[in-house]
Amino acid sequence: MQLTNRSKQVSNKEMTFTERMYLPAIVGGLRVTFSHMLKKGATVQYPEQVREHSVIFRGQHVLKRDAEGRENCTACGLCAVSCPAEAITIVAGERQKGEEHLYREEKYAVEYDINMLRCIFCGLCEEACPKDAIYLTDRIVASNYERSDFIFHKEDLVEKVALEGRIDISKRKKDK
Amino acid sequence: MLAVILFVITLGIAAYSTYFERKVAAFMQDRIGPNRAGPLGLLQPIADGVKMIFKEEHRPTGSNRILFILGPSIAMLTALMTSAVIPWSPKYFEIGGQKYALQIADINVGILYIFGVVSLGVYGILIGGWSSNNKYSLLGAVRASSQMISYELAMGLSIIPIILGSESLQLSAIVESQHEIWNVFKYPFGFLIFLICAFAETNRTPFDLPECETELVGGYHTEYTSMKLGFFLFSEYVNMFASSAVISTLFFGGYHFPGMSLLPAGVAVLVGVAVLFAKIVFFIFFFMWIRWTIPRFRYDQLMRLGWQVLMPLAILLVVVYGAIFSFI
Repeated sequence: MQLTNRSKQVSNKEMTFTERMYLPAIVGGLRVTFSHMLKKGATVQYPEQVREHSVIFRGQHVLKRDAEGRENCTACGLCAVSCPAEAITIVAGERQKGEEHLYREEKYAVEYDINMLRCIFCGLCEEACPKDAIYLTDRIVASNYERSDFIFHKEDLVEKVALEGRIDISKRKKDK
Repeated sequence: MLAVILFVITLGIAAYSTYFERKVAAFMQDRIGPNRAGPLGLLQPIADGVKMIFKEEHRPTGSNRILFILGPSIAMLTALMTSAVIPWSPKYFEIGGQKYALQIADINVGILYIFGVVSLGVYGILIGGWSSNNKYSLLGAVRASSQMISYELAMGLSIIPIILGSESLQLSAIVESQHEIWNVFKYPFGFLIFLICAFAETNRTPFDLPECETELVGGYHTEYTSMKLGFFLFSEYVNMFASSAVISTLFFGGYHFPGMSLLPAGVAVLVGVAVLFAKIVFFIFFFMWIRWTIPRFRYDQLMRLGWQVLMPLAILLVVVYGAIFSFI
């Protein structure tokens, strides 16, 4: 059965004298290697130069705040439900009086853990979120020594209140 | 004095050959190569040397202590001895009626000296491999010795036309005889055989079977650590320098260059030294170029090439050039 038309007829014919001499082949090989010497490599000098991620890169998560610095997350749990790797754990709590400047709605996440070893960075949490609270960013999850250090808690995930501390997710938003 | 300068230059070139080799390899494989130690990675050989010296000295149980140390020493010693007879300039300086040349020892059997010293080099590898008390080291050493013996024959025969042509074994006389035309144009086949044998003699790819990693771990230096290993690796580069110098001297006119007679004598000597250096550097590069182009031979292929191809060709060469020089 022929699957593709790329099959090649193999021949096992005797080598000619020039081929058996091996020297023309060596000269050809030398030409190939020398031409590669003149080529510019594709190397990126990593710590000094960072290669840009693609626009759809999905890295470490961020929990967004709104313009007034209040957390968007209402602990609805849709992200945790949608997560195929079951990496997200949420403990919900009720907003107390005087906490209106911290949380946007009456319900908020007291605890919000993401196990980065389980996470497959599929972005389904982001798709599921009705409150624009969770986004995957172009940051890379750093390596660590302990398994426990890979469980990111709320303080690792929520962005800073100050405007210059906010994480840019405009690239991800365009897709939605 | 001259000997010390040449010694330092040889070691310096060998040290920077390691850097150069890694750079050449990197460029041929579209990489960058060492670039962290100093500007462009130029301090890399020093870093490597310091690393080698500070590594732990280790000797396997059951190995022969004296021979174990003697192995790398002989390898290094013989490698350094070869370049002593290379002439770097014509006989030029005249002090007190005696003519001096930039050459350490202008002995009248220069070529034989080189062959003698080079064949001594195998003892370093053989002793080192045998005294390691390791089957891989021993196999590597046996391979090295049989390979060197096989290729030394063809190598020796391939330069007989040169000796016939220049009517001397003295290297300075051989270089002088190339004043009109370089030997490579007169004896191209001799050059080809000599070049192939030089690769085999220096244990460079495609003939680096003595240290064939896929079969023999590290070959004859499997058990070596620290600077003793460094000496083995280093002697390979010194050998490379020496054989590049010998190739340039025997076949590429040594310090001769086109238009040499047009320059005043003093300038010609200086340019000649630089030209010989350039030729040597080119051949060192050629050794590396070949290394990163051609894969290793199988052992039976190596032996067949040595005994069934190069030997008959070299004998034929001797017969043909012998007939030419005696009857024409």
